[in-house]
Amino acid sequence: MEIGKEQIEHLADLAGIELSEEEKATFGHQLLRIIGYVEKLNELDLDGVAPTAHTQELTNVFREDEVVAGLTQEEALSMAPDRQGEFFRVPKVIDDK
Amino acid sequence: MVAGDISAIEATESYLAKAREGQPALNAFISIDNEGALARAGALDSLRVEARSRMRLFGIPIAVKDNICVKGGKATCGSRILNSFISPYSATVTEKLLSEGAVIIGKTNLDEFAMGSSTETSYWGVTRNPLNLSRSPGGSSGGSTAAVAAGLAPCALGTDTGGSIRQPSSFCGVVGAKPTYGRVSRYGLVAFAPSFDQIGPIARNVEDAAIVLEAIAGYDPRDSTSVNCPVPNYSNSLERDISGARIGAIREHIEGELTRPVRDAMDAALKALQSQGAEIVPVSLPHLDYSVAIYYILSTAETSSNLLRFDGVRYGHRSSNYSDLSSMYRATREEGFGAEVKRRIALGTFVLSTGYYDAYYLKAQKARTLIIDDIRRAFGEVDYLIGPTSPQQAFEIGERADDPLMMYLSDIFTIPANLAGIPAISLPFGSTDELPVGVQIMAKPYEEAGMLNIARALERADNHAPGR
Repeated sequence: MEIGKEQIEHLADLAGIELSEEEKATFGHQLLRIIGYVEKLNELDLDGVAPTAHTQELTNVFREDEVVAGLTQEEALSMAPDRQGEFFRVPKVIDDK
Repeated sequence: MVAGDISAIEATESYLAKAREGQPALNAFISIDNEGALARAGALDSLRVEARSRMRLFGIPIAVKDNICVKGGKATCGSRILNSFISPYSATVTEKLLSEGAVIIGKTNLDEFAMGSSTETSYWGVTRNPLNLSRSPGGSSGGSTAAVAAGLAPCALGTDTGGSIRQPSSFCGVVGAKPTYGRVSRYGLVAFAPSFDQIGPIARNVEDAAIVLEAIAGYDPRDSTSVNCPVPNYSNSLERDISGARIGAIREHIEGELTRPVRDAMDAALKALQSQGAEIVPVSLPHLDYSVAIYYILSTAETSSNLLRFDGVRYGHRSSNYSDLSSMYRATREEGFGAEVKRRIALGTFVLSTGYYDAYYLKAQKARTLIIDDIRRAFGEVDYLIGPTSPQQAFEIGERADDPLMMYLSDIFTIPANLAGIPAISLPFGSTDELPVGVQIMAKPYEEAGMLNIARALERADNHAPGR
């Protein structure tokens, strides 16, 4: 397998990250080495082995749906990089054409 | 302190001064809360003796890793993306520490988002090992372990996803414990890989670690993975006789590639436990060799999904260099995350992507079951497992920084406990040079009391431990 520049760019796109040209070059090589290492799992016979869901074998954890105090709206908005009144403000998403 | 022989203010002032003085050489802290800590200590000193005596940590200064929220303070996770973030709420562990009378003196440095084994990837720079400044303190809780080792705080909180409490504890010669998965609430801990993350204590000796663990453990309805299981009084059972305890010596770890000082310390540890009446039984866990591979598939997969929340919308850094929403997300994350975090996000995205999910992610979840089965089978024969915490002593700063795979392999002995969710502790034992060696003891789920008891027995037998 090979991880070329194109595949790194595709991964970055899926992950919502941007990479510098330098990172693209080093990541390809580094990821390939890591992936080559983790492929040692191919030595294992995993037929019929159930994938782990939880280490302590807990099953569904339910609770009553009760209203409890959480952050106030003001507290939740207090760290917003940009806000308008009681809303988080983001760049325009819908085209006005 | 409860009796008033030394006030909380005096203790706090003394540690704040040490923390400040240690900063230029060690860089153990990201922030030191001078004002807040003194105000808090003053309030504690004005409490009546009855109120003080109910507090297990009355007036005790403590350092907290910077991925744990303390209301009104920074929680940067060592990342530029959270540089300006002030936590609007406290983690459950923070609330518990405060209700037990502790004084939080500062937030400690870590690898960015706790992703690393050397405390070199923080936006706030490298932390140094107080026992030898050219060496790494280990990581990712290297700020906490360096602070405790240098006496800048008597105890600290760390977090452990693949060994991030135990490996730096072994490098810095302190005691660090990762509790059973679910033993300590993770509410208010910034998640890295939620199926592995646990918060735990770091201290200068087993007793202090036991007391801090007692204070922070317990069920929390705000964390649905926390377990409703009574918390024993760990510090009361430390001096119990260990004769008859069956301790499994892990062949794959003890007979692995260890440096000479680690091998010698390990041999001495087994003899010390034997001489106290414990039975040492060689055990084999055949799938341990796959631990690192399993861990780096699963933890990066969880990371890639988890860290999507850092998008510059609700809190944290937002780039000013964008044209639309999508480029705002990308530019924010490009500027906010360091290389190791991006590398792990890319790897996690890869193992979850179409065409690779079955070959990597699903395979790793199945292989994880084999590790859990190995460990469960071993615990059918023995009560505890023992081995070295790390194959070597503290490595040089920069030594592994350019080779991610070598860095990942430094967690080879600590990862199995995270894969299986069992408790594990590292304590310094038997080193004969300036750098400590860590011995790791693992126990069955929820058996922290017994684990601490064995650790204390080993600690009692150690003549070489530095700093005590």
